[in-house]
Amino acid sequence: MAADKVLNVKDLKLFFRTTKGVVRAVDGVDFTLERNRAVVIVGESGCGKTSLAKAILRLLPKNVDTYSGKVFLNDQETMKYTDEEYRTKVRWVKMSMVPQAAMNSLNPVLKVGDQVAEPAIIHNDMSKEVALQQAKKMFQQVGVPDDFINRYAFELSGGMRQRVTIAMSLMSLPELVILDEPTSALDVLTQANIFNVLKRIKKELGVSFILITHDIATSSELADDVAVMYAGQIVETGDASRFFDCPLHPYAIKLMDSVPRLRAKQEPDFITGKPPSLLNPPTGCRFKDRCPSRFERCDEEPPTYNIEGRTVKCWLYAKEGTNHND
Amino acid sequence: MTDTTQEKSQTIMTHDDDLKKRRENSLLSVQNLKVWFELRRLGFGTTGYVHAVDGVNFDLDYRETIAIVGESGCGKTTLMKSILALYQPTEGEIYFEGNPLSELKGYQMRQYRSEIGYVQQDPYGALAPFMNIRRILEEPMIINGINSKQERKDRIFNALEEVKLTPPGDFLEKFPHMLSGGQQQRVVLARAMLLEPKMIVADEPVSMLDASVRVEILRLMESLQERHDLAVIYITHDLSTVRYFSERVFVMYAGQLIEKTLIEDVVHDPKHPYTKALMEATSDPDANNALHYRDVPPGEPPSLVNPPKGCRFHPRCPYKIEGLCEVEVPPYFKTKPDQYVACWLYKDA
Repeated sequence: MAADKVLNVKDLKLFFRTTKGVVRAVDGVDFTLERNRAVVIVGESGCGKTSLAKAILRLLPKNVDTYSGKVFLNDQETMKYTDEEYRTKVRWVKMSMVPQAAMNSLNPVLKVGDQVAEPAIIHNDMSKEVALQQAKKMFQQVGVPDDFINRYAFELSGGMRQRVTIAMSLMSLPELVILDEPTSALDVLTQANIFNVLKRIKKELGVSFILITHDIATSSELADDVAVMYAGQIVETGDASRFFDCPLHPYAIKLMDSVPRLRAKQEPDFITGKPPSLLNPPTGCRFKDRCPSRFERCDEEPPTYNIEGRTVKCWLYAKEGTNHND
Repeated sequence: MTDTTQEKSQTIMTHDDDLKKRRENSLLSVQNLKVWFELRRLGFGTTGYVHAVDGVNFDLDYRETIAIVGESGCGKTTLMKSILALYQPTEGEIYFEGNPLSELKGYQMRQYRSEIGYVQQDPYGALAPFMNIRRILEEPMIINGINSKQERKDRIFNALEEVKLTPPGDFLEKFPHMLSGGQQQRVVLARAMLLEPKMIVADEPVSMLDASVRVEILRLMESLQERHDLAVIYITHDLSTVRYFSERVFVMYAGQLIEKTLIEDVVHDPKHPYTKALMEATSDPDANNALHYRDVPPGEPPSLVNPPKGCRFHPRCPYKIEGLCEVEVPPYFKTKPDQYVACWLYKDA
């Protein structure tokens, strides 16, 4: 084992049944995350980012059609666990999540301190007093005054509520926290403050993060690694510094070009067309209809190539790269 | 102290003169605009006011684009709605081509509203879900007395072609939910353009859209602006999109414009501590961002019911001057041609 992997996802699939057919929201996703690093999963809306988070944390809705693949947490296969084992051993113990629009997900009739303490009472057998002490500690960690534990959610601003949900996700000292668009509804200054908090938590508590976002510019505040998702699949992975300098996959290149930049004088571009429907994804490469460098081979499903530690799922790299699965 | 007051009145004088020069030829002129909302307590009279917009001055020339940048709750949207004559100002006046809005009645008001197009933030919320695109686009023309059916049809076709929803025939019978977010925003743009306005007010037109289509919509707005010689007020919280769109930028904080400047100066030479903080907080994609903490002031914008005395940014300001910033409201100081800053740090400029 070269590096200490917290999470290793192999061929993860999550399909939903709908009245129109089967939606292939997560369609064969592979990626790994090393300890105390943060991977950013970027992509357009509707590409399956949130479904991927739910699949990793096994928070499944009722209309699941297929749920398969392997998820290793610290080299433990979690897919083998029953739902009850998963609940007591993994979810909110080893892995927790800050859901999208988290500041609206607090219970309006409970004090925020009680809500934050709850996972520790249930999972770590703490008494309420101890759990509230722990909650105060976590509040300090995320920059909320600790007397706020007696307040209700409506008494807090959006930024404070988001910090409270982050505190909640840290209560049982998990190894991995999944952040789903943690700052997209917040103001720029609040956003920067929250990212400062996340950076500090990462450094002081040694937590690993999966950050799911469509905002590449702000995601760079936390990113060690980047994974680009398109139409239910991961098309490129790699470390952040090389990705931001020179993305490989044509979609990733286009996506980077579409980011308006404040400091550099670079005209942003846009991606024509729209992502394919996940009901009936095209055969072969899923990006081929919008791709500027399309050629005949794109009608076949491209394999994932390894290029100097990065992976890319595109036929253009057939010569330079080595096949990931060989 | 007398020195400062004298200096202050001098600065205000020069600023006023500059404003007067602009006002004579401007399309829209906003003067000392205050919009306060009353807080009632169960019918027992007023308990206070929300000072949503509190003393805003600016002028907009024909064919000029300006951006108003600020965080949520700073009064951007209230300012915009007052310009659209949807709110009555508590104090101050807005002039459109020299005519005060408060004196427009009935027909004139309808005429005025047909001269300004409005692009909403959330395209799906802005389009009636039970109307198809044809009806959505026909309605403003019926209201504004374009009675010829043929003319309405021609205008709809032209507008749809202009926003690149081609062929227009394919879209006429569709309902908003059948379109993607980018297409919906194009319909909103087409609707704003139908009555051939002189000015477009765009309230965060791209914040609800995917990153990949944002630029496309901004480019489209830019080309419409050039082709039809439109004046545009672009309201946003995102500095990075401003750069591609407008020259002049107004930074708004707690109901006031605290810096009026050019976008290049915001990027390379921001003056007001709040503008500096906004710049610091806006990131470009760069892996080095993860290596250091952002130097942004803590805290949140103040309540607009009881805004802080003096400069409204002073409780969060790292450069606060004791005994001045929390006492007196800073006037505008001219630090450069076309750069005005409401901050005591530049009182010697």
